[in-house]
Parts: sequence; C-alpha cells; structure tokens
Amino acid sequence: MDEKIKSSIELSKQIRKDALYLSYLKRTAHLGSSLSCADILAYFYEFLISKKNKNIFILSKGHAASSLYSALYRKKFISKREFMSYCSEGSKFEEHPSPKISGVECATGSLGHGLPFGCGMALANKINKNNYKTVVLISDGECNEGTTWESAMFASAQNLKNLTLVVDYNKWQATGRSEEIMRIKPLDKKFRAFGWDTIVVNGHNINELNIAFKKKNKKPKVIVANTIKGSGIKSMEDDNNWHYRSPNKDELTEFLKQI
Amino acid sequence: MRNAFAKEITKLGVKNKKIILLSGDIGNRLFDEFKKKCKEQFYNCGVAENNMVGVAAGLAKQGFIPYVYTITPFLVARSYEQIKLDVCYQNLNVKIIGTGAGLSYSRLGTTHHSLDDISLMKNIPNMNVVCPGDPIEVTELTRQISLIKKPFYLRLGKKGELTINRKNKIKINKINKINTGKNIAIIAIGNMLGVGNELRIKLLNKKLDASLYSMHTVMPLNIHELKKTLKKYKTIFFLEEHYYESGVIKEILYTLKDDLKNKKIIYEKIAKKFYTGLGEQDQARKYLKLTADNFYKKLQID
Repeated sequence: MDEKIKSSIELSKQIRKDALYLSYLKRTAHLGSSLSCADILAYFYEFLISKKNKNIFILSKGHAASSLYSALYRKKFISKREFMSYCSEGSKFEEHPSPKISGVECATGSLGHGLPFGCGMALANKINKNNYKTVVLISDGECNEGTTWESAMFASAQNLKNLTLVVDYNKWQATGRSEEIMRIKPLDKKFRAFGWDTIVVNGHNINELNIAFKKKNKKPKVIVANTIKGSGIKSMEDDNNWHYRSPNKDELTEFLKQI
Repeated sequence: MRNAFAKEITKLGVKNKKIILLSGDIGNRLFDEFKKKCKEQFYNCGVAENNMVGVAAGLAKQGFIPYVYTITPFLVARSYEQIKLDVCYQNLNVKIIGTGAGLSYSRLGTTHHSLDDISLMKNIPNMNVVCPGDPIEVTELTRQISLIKKPFYLRLGKKGELTINRKNKIKINKINKINTGKNIAIIAIGNMLGVGNELRIKLLNKKLDASLYSMHTVMPLNIHELKKTLKKYKTIFFLEEHYYESGVIKEILYTLKDDLKNKKIIYEKIAKKFYTGLGEQDQARKYLKLTADNFYKKLQID
C-alpha cells in the first residue's frame, strides 16, 4: 500500500481519538459530524494541505472543528498547548473555527459561508494564474443553504477548475434525515446539472478519495462522499443522538478501544 | 453619484490591477467603460448577493481590493451576515458600495428603500461608513477608501445629484466645510447635502449667513472635530435621510448633549416604519418634511 495512504489511515485514527477525547473533556456536541469526515480530513492533510504549499482548505461545516484541530495539531500547524486549550477560557479554539487560528481561512459555524469564500479564493488564484487548489468541505445539511447553490452556479459560470468541493454526505442533519427535511437527492445529479464534474465515492476509503482528487477535471469538481455519521464507533454509527451527545468516561474508554 | 462612482472606479481599475468590481447584475451600461478598460477585473455575480460578498471576502483574503456594487438593501440587509462574518470579522479589504441611499429609489417601492443601512453597517465591528453628499465627494472618497486596507461601506445616492462642493479639500474622517457663514451651521449627512445647500441659499436670501458642512464619514464619527466645529454656532441644522431612532443625528445629539444645550437645534425625525406610495424622492422628502422650506419654517417657529 502507498505510504501516504497508510499514513492517512493512521491520521484518521488519530483524528477520531482526538475528537472523542475533546468531546469527552469539554462535553461538546457534534461528535458524530466530526467522525463522519475524519477520513476526508486525514486525506486532505496528508495529500493536499501542508505548510509548504499554498493549497487552501476551508472546513465550511465548522461544527466538525474538533477533527480539524486534531489535523492541525498532528500536522504541526498548531502547538500541543493550543490544541489542549480547546474550549477553555481565553482560548481561540472554540466549538467552531475562528480565522484567528493558523490554517483557518475564514469563520465558519454559520453554515453556507465556506463555499462562497472558497470561490473567491479560487477566483483569486485563477486571476493570478497559479496552480494552487482550493478545497471546501461542506455537510449535506449545508446543502439546505441557498448560498451553496448560488456558489454552484457562480463557480460553474467562472469555470473554477481549481476548486474542489467535498460533500460529507452522511444523510443526517442536526435533527433528522437530510432527505426528509429538505429534498437533497439526487445530489450528484444536481451538481452535474449546475455544471460541475461529479464523482461519488465512499468517504471512508482513502484510496477512492485519492483517485477522485487526482482525476482530471474540465469544470469545478464536486466529490460526493458517502459517509456514516459517527463512523468508526459501532454504537455511534448512523445514530443521530451523537449530533449533540458527548461520551462519558466509560464510553470514552470503550470507544477508544474500537479505533 | 452613480456616474461619478463608475468614472472613478474605472480610473482606479486602470491604475491598479488589484481592484476588482463585482456587480449584482446591476448597472446596465453604467460600467461599460470599466468593462472595456479593465475586462479581467469585472465580474457580474448575478442576482446572488450573499455569494457575491463571500467571493469578495475570498478575493480580499488573497490580496485583491474588491468593490461590491448593487442596490443598498440587497447588500446591507440581505447579506448582513456575510458582511459581518466573511468581511468584517477578519477586517478584510472589501468595499461595499450601496446605491440608492435613503429614499433615492423611493418610487421603486418599500423593497428598495434604505433608511436603516447606516445603522446596520456601523453596528458591525471593524466596518467604516462613508456617505458622500455629491458627485465630487463620491469621486474623492471612492479613491481614498481604495488606499485604506479596511472594510468600507460607501453609501451612494442615485444619478443627477447637484454638485455642491467647489474647491474645498475633501478628506476621509474629516468634516467637509463647504461654506463659511456666521451663527448658523447646517450639518448635512450624505445625500442630504443638496437640501442643505438649498437651505443655505434660502437663508442667505433672508440675510442669514449659514455655514454648510458635509459630514460624510459617520463611522468612525469624528465627534471631537464636530464638537469643536459646532462651538461657535448658535443655531444648528442636522439633515439626514435615515430612521432617526438608529441614525447619526440621534447619536450626535446624545453624545454632545452638554455641548448643544444652549443652542437651537433643528432636525426632522423620520419615524421607523415601512413607507409606501411616497412617489419620487422629492415628493417623499416633502412628505417626511426633509425640505429646505420646512427647515426654514422650523427656524421661524422656534
């Protein structure tokens, strides 16, 4: 197996452990959402985003901040002290990411902001004629937001080929099934109709993510990543209670063993 | 004011390739010259203002100077959160250009009125608010804000406003003295400068010599300079086309209440409500008593 794929898998395990630990430590919500994108984030930070290049990553689903902080810490964007200050008084590492943090481009947490911002950054790179990539990760709940579709039309009209959008498609949003709350299907076809190159992958398979990212595109690219909310922890998988719950000490011990 | 903006932004765009003009599918023909001379710097973002503001913030993050242009309420009210979080939170170099200040678009209906925009914008941390009073101020201030790496809201009127400024120096954050008179001061905020000038002429015809000031920068409000300026006057008019409750006049009266205690203060309160059927801007101003005739009458009554 490719070394980088191996290290991505290792990083994804670390992200899951960190997210569990932070949620336990500060009794914070959104653990299910943090786990569903752990593999995607691990892929980004092993393959695309580093301090050495100028590729851009925006976590538009800001409520998965614990996973982001883990990746930033493990890839040395932030210090251990900063990471451990999570949700403490005086810390900038809150439950949603602030642009004051090294490696965070814009304020997310209010949904539907990351993609327009990312379109602007991708447009800037296009004007500057460089090869930097802009990657935005949104949740399926975020597809409720009008800005997602405003940006979809804009990116298409401006042909932002240097922009990749990943949808963490875990089929849940805060209080119910995404499909029942707002008709989201057929998500890939919707983006295709908006003028995007569309790829559907298993969002927990690093290899599939890698192939999707490397695939040449003629239009802005969307990767619809099928994921499981709470992925990696058997009793949490596809159980939306973990949108708000945090583990107690016994649960934490048990969950950490599963990773 | 619109034409003055289009002309100046073209001049700036030619000189500085970092200047990007984003339009919300508006300004038909207005920006033809810009599109011709700065083809790569113009983006029609469609009728999608929230995305447009986010795009502007992303561009500014990468070092560009985006000017975002559309009708005021569709920016400052609809895209309030984008302006707040995407632009102002990071203090990004985005210029929000709203056209149709106050009741400039009165006849277009309630949806196009803008009597709350100053309060919305000055309420956001890091935002600066500039309200030019005539085409010359538009030209000067459009240029000056391009040189300051901060978010700005530039409040434009429509087209056809009279030129009131002559050779006076216009400087951001400084109250612009247009005429020197005695005892009476007229402080016009933004697009009320024309009415302020009418009032000045009316008073002059009655042998009353008034000073006319344009108070274009309202955030930050240069209260120190205003206090000094107003000291020598016995009668002061304040003119503003904005809800009184959340407007600049109320803020000035509150902040300078001790200093203004023994002076005659004349202004009109625009009530906070939705207005319909106001007709053209002139008629709307008559209805809301924002006319030189009314202000003069108030001087006589008091």
